[in-house]
Amino acid sequence: MTVPVLSVRDLTVEFMARRGTLRALDAISFDIARGEVLGVVGESGAGKSVTGSAIIGLIDPPGRIAGGEVVLSGERIDNLPPDAMRKVRGKRIGMIFQDPLTSLNPLYRISEQLIETIRTHTDLDAADARKRAIALLDEVGIPAPERRIDGYPHEFSGGMRQRVVIALALCAEPEFIIADEPTTALDVSVQAQIIALIKRLCQERGTSVMLVTHDMGVIAETADRVAVMYAGRIVEIGSVRDVVKQPLHPYAKGLMGAIPSLEGDAERLVQIPGAMPRLQAIPPGCAFNPRCEKAFARCHAERPELVQLGDRQVACHLYDQPQSSRDKAGIAA
Amino acid sequence: MLAFILRRLFQSLIVMLSVALIAFAMFRFVGDPVNQIVSIDTPQAQVAEIRRSLGLDDPFLVQFARYIYNAARLEFGVSYQFRLPVISLLGERAPATLELAFCSALFSLAVGIPMGVYTALRRESPLAKLFQAISLVGISLPTFLIGILLIYLFSVTLGWLPSFGRGEVVKIGSWWTTGLLTGSGLKALILPSITLGLFQMTLIMRLVRAEMLEVLRADYIKFARARGLTTRAIHFGHALKNTLVPVITIAGLQLGSIIAFAIITETVFQWPGMGQLFLRSVQNVDIPIMAAYLMLISFLFVSINLAVDLLYALVDPRLRATVGA
Amino acid sequence: MSMIPPPAAAPSRWSRFRDSDILASFLKSKVTMVAGLVVLLLFLGAAFSPWLAPTNPFDPATVFLADSMIPPAWQDGGEARFILGTDDQGRDLYSAILYGMRVSLVVGGLGCLLAASIGITLGLLAGYLGGRTDAFIMRIADVQLTFPAILIALLIDGVVRGVFPKASREDTAIYVLVISIGLSFWVQYARTIRGSTLIERNKDYVMAARLVGLPAPLIMLRHVLPNVIGPVLVILTINLALAVITEATLSFLGVGLPATQPSLGTLISIGNKYLFSGDWWIVTFPSVTLAALVLAVNLLGDWLRDALNPRLR
Repeated sequence: MTVPVLSVRDLTVEFMARRGTLRALDAISFDIARGEVLGVVGESGAGKSVTGSAIIGLIDPPGRIAGGEVVLSGERIDNLPPDAMRKVRGKRIGMIFQDPLTSLNPLYRISEQLIETIRTHTDLDAADARKRAIALLDEVGIPAPERRIDGYPHEFSGGMRQRVVIALALCAEPEFIIADEPTTALDVSVQAQIIALIKRLCQERGTSVMLVTHDMGVIAETADRVAVMYAGRIVEIGSVRDVVKQPLHPYAKGLMGAIPSLEGDAERLVQIPGAMPRLQAIPPGCAFNPRCEKAFARCHAERPELVQLGDRQVACHLYDQPQSSRDKAGIAA
Repeated sequence: MLAFILRRLFQSLIVMLSVALIAFAMFRFVGDPVNQIVSIDTPQAQVAEIRRSLGLDDPFLVQFARYIYNAARLEFGVSYQFRLPVISLLGERAPATLELAFCSALFSLAVGIPMGVYTALRRESPLAKLFQAISLVGISLPTFLIGILLIYLFSVTLGWLPSFGRGEVVKIGSWWTTGLLTGSGLKALILPSITLGLFQMTLIMRLVRAEMLEVLRADYIKFARARGLTTRAIHFGHALKNTLVPVITIAGLQLGSIIAFAIITETVFQWPGMGQLFLRSVQNVDIPIMAAYLMLISFLFVSINLAVDLLYALVDPRLRATVGA
Repeated sequence: MSMIPPPAAAPSRWSRFRDSDILASFLKSKVTMVAGLVVLLLFLGAAFSPWLAPTNPFDPATVFLADSMIPPAWQDGGEARFILGTDDQGRDLYSAILYGMRVSLVVGGLGCLLAASIGITLGLLAGYLGGRTDAFIMRIADVQLTFPAILIALLIDGVVRGVFPKASREDTAIYVLVISIGLSFWVQYARTIRGSTLIERNKDYVMAARLVGLPAPLIMLRHVLPNVIGPVLVILTINLALAVITEATLSFLGVGLPATQPSLGTLISIGNKYLFSGDWWIVTFPSVTLAALVLAVNLLGDWLRDALNPRLR
């Protein structure tokens, strides 16, 4: 087996708060293979964005990486000194943020921002960097890039700005991209274009992607594998085919139930009752137990670990039992 | 852009007119101008004659219009206490005040901005905490106390710097006098400039710090970090530029209040400027000088406001676009 | 679900306060606690100055010119009955400071209250009535805001002095100061109150009161005012320091309180004349008192603002 582009092991992130330490990320582990798109889904506050920030080394105090490791193409990067880590950012890991309206510095021309980034990571001189920048803008679908490159961000529409952001994230040809809800802030009409663009560019370059979103439709269309997060943990991870079509974890089932299907089967649209607990109020046992219809005594007492089930992993006591009782619980619901 | 300038000009005009109305009302109704001219034994008929010759019997609007017309020609009447034209009294003292204000503004920017940047970037360092403490003291202490303290330290105790006056001044052109060209003039400027600029300096430092901290939390800074730009480029390129845009506005507006606060500093250091003249006129209820000073200061304020707005529009491309549209 | 505790009795006001962030932030910051202590001590000193001060510096019968310029008790030539020394007229400096602080705080406090009353009234009117009233009031506010308060105070001071007859200037000085401060600082209150009134005006309870046919003044006072008054307290605290500074500055400049009725500013102004002759105590002690007072009130104000509304920062 080849070395995965990204390998995260037991990654734990903690925030120091006035009333104690909050664990935003609790020992999560996953791999992303070359060229693979991993979707990460979950409610707000589940730890999706923190995962991205932790990988790229941008957890700011009072937060810190409290344990685990991040390995990029075989090299551990979570313990690199700041300047070495800076050279990894942008050069080897690119990141696309949620809101293109605020991701670009309003006082700098697009050209200045692109050329500055290109020259930080390459030996190109100003003229060559500019050529490269124009080529990139052309590639992300900005019309008339030679002219538009000297515009200011406010002269671009939201969708166009997100294209610029993508160009900026890709300008040093990183091997791995973190796209943190890249379409949430955009008009519905341009969301699909942006997703298609990210997917095409990454396929052409063989770039791996971690696509953070809470849009299950985007995951189903774009991702190869998907990780479902809940309260700082991964509760289910596997291929899109398995997890979206046949989710196992009750929370994943609820999430998938929330995808409106085109067949118009309105009854499939179920809602998960209640809300995700805040980090300072995670119940003992399984964090999902207050909202879980299938919860039983063990769920209140013992934290379920991820267990391998075929190609996927699930953290739920329903699947962590002798075969007989698992049948009783009705695994293939 | 033109529409924007015109609108701002119109607003400025309204402000100037309302200030003129106040100045006129003061001039006309606080103490009778005639009483200042005549003595007790002037015959009634003569008083009435003076009254008519001054136009004080005309309708209100006519008098107001005449006041504005005169003010536009810098005719502000005659000072009650000095019996001299107000404008020559003010003109004589303007260079001293303007030089002092300019040096204070320079001092407050040159020291305030770096201190603000430093305290924002090295929030936890002992030096940043010291700066913060100094700024709190600077913003709390009245200007005159700071002046007294500086005089006590540098003039009384150490004897390094003069505590009053402008030192030796040189005449430039027909009426401008400057202390910037002589050693004693420069020396005399140091303490008053620091006294006057200290408050603005702490204000600018706090503003730069708060603004910089805000900017450092912005998404585009996070994105810049995620692109692997150097800390130097992020802090002194992206963050500082965005920080300074709002600071320009405030700093510009502060220039106006520096000139106004000069009243206090000029009193402490016996600086022969307009502020001192104004204060003496307040003490002696010399209304023509008070009214003229008010008009002059307002004009300065309004012009600075206008200049700052235009500058702002030039610096910020977003605004340039909206006002240009 | 046996894990859920039985519903507790509604927490009392005190326990809510005890658990709130306000108290926590107060106890956490040592600086704030010291500032609070200093403010308390100075306020008590000012309030009880007639009982605390050994002499009454306003009473000419107890002041003797022969006692003038005596240095503090611990210096050569000092006398035990004048702990901090005496000024040029033979007044006990310690007593004069206590009384002066009282004058400063009274003028500053009354000035603040006047400013708040004007500001609240105009803000309520502007926000509730809207239209031309609003435009007119806020235009005045905008113009006034362009000028520093000290300049406005000086102008008003000069005008009011002109209006009052010359002979009564010493007696009216204190009112002139209160009026000057009140008219210089109202804008901030008016803007704050107007802003929140605009929001409250469209809420259901005001609509209901209108539908019932209550007269506008009653609605403003009984229904709107209690809901918009909160931020005023913070502004009051911060403005108290400013008002005390303004009073001291005006008195220092010689257009405030006369030497017969000295505030801290007047005392500093007197002392400033003796800065060069080595009689350092006359200027130093009132200055330190003023600085301590203003700094402590400012620190408290900062803390109060942060604790009540972190977004204002």
